[in-house]
Amino acid sequence: MSKYKTNEYGFYGNFGGAYIPEMLYPNIENLKQNYKAIINTDSFQNEFKDLLKNYVGRPSPLYFAKNLSKKYNTNIYLKREDLNHTGSHKINNTIGQILLAKQMGKTRIIAETGAGQHGVATATVATLLGIDCVIYMGEKDMQRQAPNVERIKMLGAKVIAAKSGSKTLKDATNEALRDWINNPENTFYVIGSVVGPHPYPEMVAEFQSIISKEIKIQLFEKTGKENPDYVIACVGGGSNAIGTFYNFLEDDNVKLIATEAGGLGIETGKTAASLKVGKPGVIHGSKTYLIQTDDGQIIEPHSISAGLDYPGIGPLHAHLHDIKRVNYISINDDEALKAGFMLTRTEGILPALESAHAVAVLEKQSFKTKDVIVVTISGRGDKDLSNYLQNNKFKK
Amino acid sequence: MNRLDKLFNNKKENILSIYFTAGFPKIDDTVKIIKELEENGVDLIEIGIPFSDPVADGATIQESSKIALQNGMTLKLLLSQLKNIRQEVEMPIILMGYLNPIMQYRIEKFCADIEKIGIDGLIVPDLPFDLFIKDYKELFAKYNLHNINLITPSTSNDRIKLIDEHSTGFIYVVSSASTTGTKQLDDSVLKNMFNKLQNIKSPTLIGFGISDKQGFNNACNFANGAIIGSAFVKTIGENMSVKEYINSLFV
Ligand SMILES: Cc1ncc(COP(=O)(O)O)c(C=O)c1O
Repeated sequence: MSKYKTNEYGFYGNFGGAYIPEMLYPNIENLKQNYKAIINTDSFQNEFKDLLKNYVGRPSPLYFAKNLSKKYNTNIYLKREDLNHTGSHKINNTIGQILLAKQMGKTRIIAETGAGQHGVATATVATLLGIDCVIYMGEKDMQRQAPNVERIKMLGAKVIAAKSGSKTLKDATNEALRDWINNPENTFYVIGSVVGPHPYPEMVAEFQSIISKEIKIQLFEKTGKENPDYVIACVGGGSNAIGTFYNFLEDDNVKLIATEAGGLGIETGKTAASLKVGKPGVIHGSKTYLIQTDDGQIIEPHSISAGLDYPGIGPLHAHLHDIKRVNYISINDDEALKAGFMLTRTEGILPALESAHAVAVLEKQSFKTKDVIVVTISGRGDKDLSNYLQNNKFKK
Repeated sequence: MNRLDKLFNNKKENILSIYFTAGFPKIDDTVKIIKELEENGVDLIEIGIPFSDPVADGATIQESSKIALQNGMTLKLLLSQLKNIRQEVEMPIILMGYLNPIMQYRIEKFCADIEKIGIDGLIVPDLPFDLFIKDYKELFAKYNLHNINLITPSTSNDRIKLIDEHSTGFIYVVSSASTTGTKQLDDSVLKNMFNKLQNIKSPTLIGFGISDKQGFNNACNFANGAIIGSAFVKTIGENMSVKEYINSLFV
């Protein structure tokens, strides 16, 4: 059995599992028993692939960034998930899960969202496929990602503010789980990252694995090389990163780098870098690294990027960290802002603040002239415009 | 003998169990509330260990947990408050809390420490049955602690049978698909559950959505007793007397 797959209890090494209250057991069990069979049918795959191609616009380009490569004296390719319909990688997963929900006879979709990208992607596909949709979003995130709130409403979904705790992604996830406990029969919970109880991390990873599948093909077409030297992505829960790494995990010569949000710096306590300052614990149904007090209370994280502002991390990442397959580094708010402005000026690509954390690695790490580097741009930065403008001082 | 076993051996009906959140409304209310509950004829107490992210709880217990944490309640502090409780209180006491704080305390040390205090059992809502069996069953037994498993209206008959076989203490019957304190009791759901529970060996207590005498009596028709949580927490949050509230359930 591969060390990158779950065991019979849904654990990757020491992490994962399904720590759920009994109220959710029938739902999780039903999903676990049926999802693989459903998503491997021809009819599911045909519809999934058709929507990814014709609705999302896949494959997303693997773009050779000439100016950027010159600046850093190496060879940099950008995987352009920002060019997907709705502006991020999130839609790869929402199409998969909502098609699945329909096949399972569910009539109502709920989801949590941080940056609002998963909320937009869920509401979009729910509208397309004609199913009711409720999005939970932290009150603080509704303010800092206001355009996405309006978009979700325009799409016909209902937005419910999560007003507990830090009023961010963690709290939106709590509210979505509570909704699911109260509506177990008709509702499907579309989780937006590789987090939550088994089998969600595994399922979301599979839907996002299209990213690395395409990178392999595209890189070979462009360079004749099977593999890049480095692959880089940002991590909130970790879905774009898992998608980006998935088909490279077994290729040990490909170096994988993931960036957590350092916030104001890991030494300040105002951070979302779960692997740097967290300890193993249980959140939202799985065992993983978690930012918490000695008493086991979850600490409210901080990041300028709403999509990375989460106190935990997907269990597969916790495992990949422990076995040292992926190098996790933390990028602070100011480094991400600088990288965002820099990419905009160098390549004319305005990245989401989340994705800017991945771009920031180029400044932090040195590469050889002949290295081939792939950086995933997980989303576009339009939603972050006001945040960028308020931080204009990082322009240079 | 574990006090839960003693209780269920001696009393078969109208068992009243009360839940409250430790550290709410005031940080040092714990022992006072326990004594008052015993004096007023409550049979069993569930003390909630507050947690920052209580996903199985509705608004009332979320709020009481938040205030308890703001007051400075921790698992360590709770256990020190309970240190001498067995000199004053005889009734069974169980702790109810999410897994993470217990994990950080270290599970084995936690079990050893609470056995010493004289705690009789545990309810850990986010510890699922299969992981309990795999990782914790032996440990709990070693320290003479009953793990209280939950069943709900959507638990299948096969699973009820399996849970019953592995249960000690009692089974916590959740009255509806719901977080705590969110939905009202529904007679037809209760009847359905009652039919499913005909052949089980474990004692049963019904909880969730029970707030007054009528609800209590109603639930007691279908099980050995009932659990009141959110309604009691609301009562003490509004500074109403414990005695008056408990009496209102019996008169
Ligand atoms: C553009 C973008 N990138 C990354 C993330 C972080 O999620 P994940 O780590 O699951 O990719 C988000 C989440 O909202 C996002 O919107």
